[in-house]
Amino acid sequence: MAAAQVISAIIVIGALIWIAVNVLEAAKLRGLSLGFDFINDPAGFPISESVIPYDDSYTFGTAFLVGLLNTLKVSIVGILLATILGTIVGLARLSTNWLVNKIALAYIELHRNVPLLVLLFIWYFAIFNKLPPAKGSLELPGPIYLNQRGLYLSWPRLTETGGVFAISLLVGLIVAIIVWIYLRRLRERSGRSTYFAGVSFAVMLVSAVLGLALSAWQPLWIDIPVFEGFNFTGGLRLTPEFGALLVGLVMYTAAFIAEVVRAGIQAVNLGQMEAAKAVGLKPMQTLGLVIIPQAMRVIIPPLISQTLNLTKNSSLALAIGYADLFNVGRIMINQAGRAVPVFSMVMVTYLVLSLITSLILNIYNRKIQISERSS
Amino acid sequence: MRKFSLPLASLIILAMLLSACGTPSGGEIVEVEVTRIVEVEVTTEGDIQVVNAPGYGEILARVQERGRVVCAGRTDLLGFGYLDDDGRNIGFDIDLCRAVAAAVLGDPEAIEIVPVTAAERGPVIQTGEVDLLSRNVTWTSSRDSQWGNFTITMFYDGQGYMVRADSGIKSQDDMDGASVCVTSGTTTEKNLAADFRERGLDFEAVIFEDTSSVYNAFFEGRCDVTTSDRSQLAAIQAGADNPADYMILPMIISKEPLTPVVPHGDDQWFDIVKLVMYALINAENPAYGPITQATVDDVLASDNIKGKTVLGVEGDWGYSSLGLDADALANALRAVGNYGEVYNRYMGPAGIAFTLPRGLNEHWTDGGLIYAPPIK
Repeated sequence: MAAAQVISAIIVIGALIWIAVNVLEAAKLRGLSLGFDFINDPAGFPISESVIPYDDSYTFGTAFLVGLLNTLKVSIVGILLATILGTIVGLARLSTNWLVNKIALAYIELHRNVPLLVLLFIWYFAIFNKLPPAKGSLELPGPIYLNQRGLYLSWPRLTETGGVFAISLLVGLIVAIIVWIYLRRLRERSGRSTYFAGVSFAVMLVSAVLGLALSAWQPLWIDIPVFEGFNFTGGLRLTPEFGALLVGLVMYTAAFIAEVVRAGIQAVNLGQMEAAKAVGLKPMQTLGLVIIPQAMRVIIPPLISQTLNLTKNSSLALAIGYADLFNVGRIMINQAGRAVPVFSMVMVTYLVLSLITSLILNIYNRKIQISERSS
Repeated sequence: MRKFSLPLASLIILAMLLSACGTPSGGEIVEVEVTRIVEVEVTTEGDIQVVNAPGYGEILARVQERGRVVCAGRTDLLGFGYLDDDGRNIGFDIDLCRAVAAAVLGDPEAIEIVPVTAAERGPVIQTGEVDLLSRNVTWTSSRDSQWGNFTITMFYDGQGYMVRADSGIKSQDDMDGASVCVTSGTTTEKNLAADFRERGLDFEAVIFEDTSSVYNAFFEGRCDVTTSDRSQLAAIQAGADNPADYMILPMIISKEPLTPVVPHGDDQWFDIVKLVMYALINAENPAYGPITQATVDDVLASDNIKGKTVLGVEGDWGYSSLGLDADALANALRAVGNYGEVYNRYMGPAGIAFTLPRGLNEHWTDGGLIYAPPIK
């Protein structure tokens, strides 16, 4: 047996080395440069949106980072929203209300059976691009402006003294969480009511009031978008490219997550629900205390692959002009003339992103698995 | 792209291999390891199956063997590379490919056009996957050093801006804060960024890889301005629902010498493609006839020595050392006509695509820049 293991290991490693050598040799023969020295050269090309300062005088390395941050932005927001929407649709799919059930079914079937790229094109070119022009934007209370150039929100921003407020709020939140955990454990041990929710809320309230007082009651100012020349300036802006990609990815992934959630809940033995009813739990308690904790064990593993899919699918941004990692990478290949180094950078980055995502969710998965009572 | 799949798949596994060796501070160790193995493999295994950077004479040999010239071109730009009503790929750039096919194979239809996006142009010629890149490529020094050999400029262009006629924009100074649609992977996007930065103006770049998406977004109103080579803007304006709604601004912000490119490494093929281009240009010169598609036989029957030299009946213009037939250039001219005919076919006063004054692209005897060394 051991000999077989060694032989198969040698075959696998040998094949990998052969492939690596082949790639390097091919690149050399074809005259493709393999160095990474271009990273510090000025990129020279504009990028449509960036969470860090960037213009064409910044380096290729910075441009790559801009792409990476844009990918993270859409992936993190996307994963959160897709999980929430997916859970809601998944529950709706189990509803005994005929209409709700069928709407959820139609939604899931539509999104699971149409390619994501097609959905993205529809969202971008047929919906976001057909919004009113900047001069005739839709105005919603807030004010919020919606037009072809994006969604502009009035957005609270910290004043000069606002930092104190933010820190105080953060400290309050941490203390509140600690108090919550401690008091809850105390209740479980002693069996007495410890009012953990109330106490934690009070801690938050005190810290908020304290922060307000310290920042001279002026922690925030509202940044209101104003129309100037061609576009709105100020406020928080979501570009239509980001919006279309986010909506497309969330809707698409949520359809799959909904099925995962439905399968997870249906996997819980019917007897569990009957037992919960028998001991007198209310419907919400049955769901929250009995069904969901058990369903989570089934849901989490497939959920991990859905979140990974969302991150990887975000590379379709290329088609609708969102400056994600892959899009910026493609431009870099062209402007720097380095296909092999840039492709390697892009692939390693996606790999690391995926590994980190699955690591986090695997840790969570281990926590929610049923732990046998030790005593 | 599909031809990349093998090296790509290998790269994925390479990346996994590298990351699997992720010991602390192990990045450099891994690279050294790989480099060492390269040396071993090269000495022991000489015949690795990859497309080599072509050596002298290899491209002509492979073209003759396969019976087709493979050109990277496009199918989506009116005038330069597009599809006619019958789905045939035509245009200024495509005719250059046809001329080369007619010269080396005797058949202008012996071509295969591989449509590539702007961002794919570099890799496709760098790797020698195609024989000729004829897809309005701007000749720059860095591309010349990295991509391949730039033959001769067949179209002198410059970058301009197109706006809506009712937008009130007259120059860049009116564009502060505007949204600008542009194609990625082009000299255009770099010129745009530099132009605005030098003027201290803000702008929002809306960037797509696919040219049709760029103009789609512009026409929908996503952008106030779009920028590209002026010839391309003229083509796009001509194709708009109502061309009068749009306006190409008069200023030119860059030099864009559009030039066909051949892979690095094969001087013979480089010379052949250049010679075909020279022949198209010289044939327009009255001193050569001029030779047009229709007058090839007239010139053959005439006593115009210059014209007859081009057509291969008055001494060797270089064909024997390049491995071509004596009538190679005659075939090219029969297939597509001279430079002026190619231009006018698509962009002349009665052009089938649109009308664009020749300007810098007039023959040098008419005051333009289109000039070629003599064929003799």
